[in-house]
Amino acid sequence: MNYWPLLGIAIVVIGFARRMNPALVVVVAGIVSGLLAGLSIADLLALLGRAFVSNRFVLVLIMTLPTIGLLERAGLRERAHGWIAGLHHLTLARLLIAYLGVRQILSTLGLISVAGHPQTVRPLLAPMAEAAAEKIDPALDDEQRDRVKALAAATDNVGLFFGEDVFLAFGAVLLIQGFLAQHGIELDPRSIAIWALPTAIAAFVIHALRIVWFQRRLRRNATALARREAGDAAH
Amino acid sequence: MLRIEYVYWACGLLLLAAGAFEFRDRRYPQAAFWTILAVCFVGGDAVSAADRTGNFLPAQLAGIAVIVLAGIAGSGQLARKPTDDSEAPRRRASAERLGNWLFAPALAIPFVTLGLVLVTPYARIGKFALIDAGQSTLIALGTACVIAAVAAMLLTRATVPTALRESTRLLDALSWAALLPMLLATLGAVFAATGVGEAVAHLVSAAIPTQSRDACAFAYGIGMAVFTIIMGNAFAAFPVMTAGIGLPLLVGRHGAHAAVVGSLGMLCGYCGTLLTPMAANFNVVPAALLELRDPNGVIRAQWPTALVLLTTNLVLLDWLAFR
Repeated sequence: MNYWPLLGIAIVVIGFARRMNPALVVVVAGIVSGLLAGLSIADLLALLGRAFVSNRFVLVLIMTLPTIGLLERAGLRERAHGWIAGLHHLTLARLLIAYLGVRQILSTLGLISVAGHPQTVRPLLAPMAEAAAEKIDPALDDEQRDRVKALAAATDNVGLFFGEDVFLAFGAVLLIQGFLAQHGIELDPRSIAIWALPTAIAAFVIHALRIVWFQRRLRRNATALARREAGDAAH
Repeated sequence: MLRIEYVYWACGLLLLAAGAFEFRDRRYPQAAFWTILAVCFVGGDAVSAADRTGNFLPAQLAGIAVIVLAGIAGSGQLARKPTDDSEAPRRRASAERLGNWLFAPALAIPFVTLGLVLVTPYARIGKFALIDAGQSTLIALGTACVIAAVAAMLLTRATVPTALRESTRLLDALSWAALLPMLLATLGAVFAATGVGEAVAHLVSAAIPTQSRDACAFAYGIGMAVFTIIMGNAFAAFPVMTAGIGLPLLVGRHGAHAAVVGSLGMLCGYCGTLLTPMAANFNVVPAALLELRDPNGVIRAQWPTALVLLTTNLVLLDWLAFR
């Protein structure tokens, strides 16, 4: 067995660790792996080009950008923000946990591209989460703001990943079924999808608890700050 | 019939417009970047078609384009435009005026997508299908985006050039992160073609005590997570790890339940996806979209969930597979 192409992995790890430009690191790693596997320059170029154009589908999300851009220009984020600020019972934790639940259920039903980072997180969920966090701590600093937005993005990921595997016709279940069938194990997709259910429930519980803890920490910081300021004023 | 090519051509036009706007702003590296990508999108089908007939030249040219794009990204010339806050009062006034109608085009993207996916099997005239069923989700998403864009233009009284200028602004914010998912998928193909996966599975199976059932289960689950961290994609890790460890050791030697091994193995991989910048479209692109200062901010927000869940999956795998 030729172990030399593994150097490509080493390049990726080192490149990311040294914070070099990821796009460059990835292409260099591909070239190195290809050359070490004994591919000719012509074959390697064709392999790169072929794989690149046949993976265009991952960039179809840019089609959402004109809509999102126009709406943002017309104040979508300000509106999402104002809407949440007016709903007094909607806390940060309730907002994110509700989104997590809905996203997971939609993915379980196979409705995967209904939500996502460009479609729902940037224009809607992130500004709503920020507004909800501001209700807890009006003096939210930039770093905390970033953390709230990152948590919103993370919530979308967790909801998507640990819902979609329960869906019968989704790629993951079909991939597992197809792979096992190739190796002589014939299974019904249902018997595969059912085993994703315990993990789906665990993912919901674990991430929901983390959201609640995040909110509690934010609230504690805010009250500590308020108390210190009140103390300063008393002196 | 609506085919996926039309969606790619629309993406190409959008990228071409970005190239033209950047060129007019004298931001030449950006202009070159988006224009080359646009050509790859529009010419992609010609590349695949020529490739099938044994003419590899277009694919090789696309390969050169990939290297040039990575070179531009790596040169550090793709600086973002400084964000302009002078528009904020105008945006607030517009938000006041349009109110909740602003949500309508944004919500149209998911709902029209959903509607189109559901009607795809029935949308036919005689034997002629209106939507290519093989790619219905992407075609539905693309069509929904066009409909939503028209709705947004009507609502905000904007023109097509304004819409394209806005998409250019967002592409600019994404910068090279927009390209990363495609590059990583390309790297996955190169790793697959050069036997990297088999080499990893070989090394892992040589390192574990195969007589221990638990050791094999943990090696398989952790192997799935680690290999997904490296590849950025659980789908790429699954065949390698399952052929290398899951089937021969867990199912073959220790009599594990194959459905449980497959399902939980994939889910262990998904925990890895939450942890790696290689899964660019889930972790790096959102950080750029949300304009986070830390490019690893999203991973930082989800690693505790991922590790606790991975532990849960390992316990479930070890328990359920050997009932």
